[in-house]
Amino acid sequence: MALDEIKIGGLGASRRRVEDNRFIRGKGNYVDDVVLPGMLHMEILRSPLAHAKIKSIDTSAAYAIPGVRMVMTGEMMAARNLAWMPTLSYDTQAVLATDKVRFQGQEVACVIADDPYIAKDGCEAIVVDYEPLPPIVNPTQAMAADAPLIRDDKIGQDNNVIFDWAVGDREGTDRAFAEADLVSEISMHYPRSHPSPIESCGSLADYDRSTSKLTVYMTTQAPHIVRAAVSLVAEIPEHMIRIISPDLGGGFGNKVPVYPGYVMSILASILLEAPVKWIEDKSGNLISTGFGRDVYLKGQLAVRNDGKILAVRMHTDSDHGAFFADAQPSKFKIGLMHSAFACYDIPSAHLTARGVYTNKSPGGVAYRCSFRVTEAMFFQERMVQAAADDLGMDQAEFRRVNLVKDDDFPKRTPFGFLTDSGQYEKCLQIGLDAIGYDDFKKEKEEAKARGRLLGIGISTMTEPLGAGNSREYDILGIKMFDSAELRVHMTGKAILRTGAKTQGQGHETTWAQIVAHELGIPAEDIVVEEGDTDTAPFGMGTYASRSTPVAGAAVSMVSRKIRAKARKIAAHLLEVSDEDIEWELGRFYVRGAHDRGVTIQDCAMAAYSNVPDGMEPGLENNAYYDPPNLTWPFACYIATVEVDPETGVWDVLRLVAVDDCGVRINPMIVEGQIMGGLTEAYAMANMQFITFDEDGNCVGSNYMDYLLPTAWETPGFELHEVVTPCPHHPIGAKGIGECATVGGPAAFVNAVIDALKGTGVRNIDMPLLPDRVYEALQTGKDISGHPPVKTD
Amino acid sequence: MTLFEEVAPSGPPSDIPTTRVELRVNGETRAAQIEPRLLLAHLIRNGFKLTGTHTGCDTTNCGACTVLYDGQPVKSCTMFAVQANGHDVTTVEGLASSEQLHPIQEGFKDEHGLQCGFCTPGMMLSAVALLNENPNPTEDEVRWALSGNLCRCTGYQNIVKAVLWAAEKMRGDA
Repeated sequence: MALDEIKIGGLGASRRRVEDNRFIRGKGNYVDDVVLPGMLHMEILRSPLAHAKIKSIDTSAAYAIPGVRMVMTGEMMAARNLAWMPTLSYDTQAVLATDKVRFQGQEVACVIADDPYIAKDGCEAIVVDYEPLPPIVNPTQAMAADAPLIRDDKIGQDNNVIFDWAVGDREGTDRAFAEADLVSEISMHYPRSHPSPIESCGSLADYDRSTSKLTVYMTTQAPHIVRAAVSLVAEIPEHMIRIISPDLGGGFGNKVPVYPGYVMSILASILLEAPVKWIEDKSGNLISTGFGRDVYLKGQLAVRNDGKILAVRMHTDSDHGAFFADAQPSKFKIGLMHSAFACYDIPSAHLTARGVYTNKSPGGVAYRCSFRVTEAMFFQERMVQAAADDLGMDQAEFRRVNLVKDDDFPKRTPFGFLTDSGQYEKCLQIGLDAIGYDDFKKEKEEAKARGRLLGIGISTMTEPLGAGNSREYDILGIKMFDSAELRVHMTGKAILRTGAKTQGQGHETTWAQIVAHELGIPAEDIVVEEGDTDTAPFGMGTYASRSTPVAGAAVSMVSRKIRAKARKIAAHLLEVSDEDIEWELGRFYVRGAHDRGVTIQDCAMAAYSNVPDGMEPGLENNAYYDPPNLTWPFACYIATVEVDPETGVWDVLRLVAVDDCGVRINPMIVEGQIMGGLTEAYAMANMQFITFDEDGNCVGSNYMDYLLPTAWETPGFELHEVVTPCPHHPIGAKGIGECATVGGPAAFVNAVIDALKGTGVRNIDMPLLPDRVYEALQTGKDISGHPPVKTD
Repeated sequence: MTLFEEVAPSGPPSDIPTTRVELRVNGETRAAQIEPRLLLAHLIRNGFKLTGTHTGCDTTNCGACTVLYDGQPVKSCTMFAVQANGHDVTTVEGLASSEQLHPIQEGFKDEHGLQCGFCTPGMMLSAVALLNENPNPTEDEVRWALSGNLCRCTGYQNIVKAVLWAAEKMRGDA
């Protein structure tokens, strides 16, 4: 009898998570929980100024404090050729400042002491003499003719521009614009945000001189990349480096880059021959580590009177801070911004993108998205709504006219990606039906007559998730594939390891479900391990929704290799030839004789006790998976809101989400990912941004100034699903972890703008704080441009 | 059982004076010789080795460090350990008995109320404090009671469900 796949925790089972057993008991093992004998503690002294020359650093008072073991400065790092390190985008970043500081919060010195309190005392005792320089806090200032040069350390860099990049068909786009009935234009800023996992970054470096081995416990989403980077920077042989990423208290892209603190703790451990722990405080995390967004858009759509979009023109100016440290595939300077408009059938498109240095923290990480896809889809859906309004066309109908039709796949996107599957109109219709679109429009008109402002906003999008393929996607030249290794023990239990790294996504639960699906081994019989470079196969880690599309596919493929070997063993046990063997979940049997069979567990035992002549014993294998394409999930998010005209406060009435991420491995976990993403979308639309005053002071350096939504503000969500299997993924799955963060913000903003329809307001930059909405209502003018300094 | 420990979690004493505190942690009496500036969260984590209490934000906003202090939820990163002298502290490690999970723990697992798990201990302790006072809360009451605890993963909907699940179970068990 074939097994019941749901009962064994296979594909489609909302299996309860195995990792929860330790988390609910407080037995998780996060970096700060790891304690080693003789461990010392490191704290970092950060620059209070955004741009200043360092005239001198006096560490003598710090050394005088009992318990302080060492103070490190840029000078010490420079003597070891470690003052600068490479970034993930072929730039350099200061580990400890030598010449000048370039953003507030930059690392200036660090103190290693017996105890973190003493280390902090030590930091406070260091005296740094700064000579302030004029700070640059936005791209306009950065590109001004007389702007001070931020990166005077770089030979040949004579202005603050990092890149000037273009993609698409300029001439075709120009021609289409000349033929358009209407050109709809809109400008906006996607403000700087911070992924802000509740756990900040940290590391515990342990260099053992007797073995020459360096072990580092580290908050990293990509341990193998870190191992390679440390090997190159610190010139330690790669096999002598072990990076362990234990439980992570969230990542969201923030824990992809290599940060100066990691490097300092490693050097300190080598110099002091003791384990050195660095646990970043929240302010340090918010003001110095990888941020997200901070992109200005000028967008144009060429539209025909019947609603057909003929062409897209986009120009972006992006603010990367003091070092170009974006975590993104190296070919693409502004990430996958050119994935914009992928769900629409648009003949031509052209994007120009300029990136600049400013005196702000570096990063530009893929904050819960696939490399700038969040900005791309937000701009897309805001441009679409503006064009529909300019044309006087219903926003749902306008989308319906332009969405790619089901039988048009595979389909080239306006910028040249290849989408492969989807049911876009069906998703839109489910969303419209769920929200009661026509009824709400009537309700809105009736409410308006009574002075109430209701609005409805739609966001439809497909996004590219799961880099590679490795032909086009690499980081620092390292190809973006991923891996899985499966060992089936003789009793049919198994251990699976992958090159991904879970940070809350539930890999320990879902990877076992894929194995259960492929082999019929109950999920509870499979343990999953990730994050230790000494044991896990090489992989590029978890970010950009790439785990299921890439590592998850590798789990399938390695399981199939195991099944192929087990089939030969089954034939041997059943004394028939391979060709006479049939497979059903968990069992091989003789064709035509269903009751003559052996289970996968029988085959496992035989692999160690009774293999056919000439066969290698054992039942284990690995798989490296290089995906043929990205996966393209689709989503339709629809929000309804009410804006209070007296205060500018807006409340979410309902949020309907329709997600098509292909086959769902664990529906419970998928829904959890969607709700988490929707909350971040709501946060960005409503409250969550990092801004800077004119002196370059970061406003948003702690959770009192950087507003994150609580259970009280966060609205409820209504989820719906459509399943269009991915044609190239072994189990038909697509990425999902980030869809709602990517597509969600535009639904909220479009709803508020819809509520303001008729006032002349076409745009309010996020976050839509009450004072900004109120001001727009009063003046009838857009609120677009550089973000204000937040005062509340 | 009374357990007495002499620990100096804040490292080798320099010229800073230390003081002795004694508190009940998860039902056991624990003592330590500490610097007066030591935060309660750090005594719990580094002194008593109960690492289920996490420190997230340092500014009393995130609630990852929430413990029950004489039954009331407090943020242990913003309390000096000396303030807890003579008081009763419950951490996440004190929720389950040897084999039996607390209903709130079962609820969080069953309703998928956690992802990375970092906020979970504090979130569960705030919820327990609510349920001890209000066995039959509404969704709004749960949301309000948890509004001092931040979660970046779940979007709260399943956390709310988990608390209501536990409330129902606790009422049924009573």
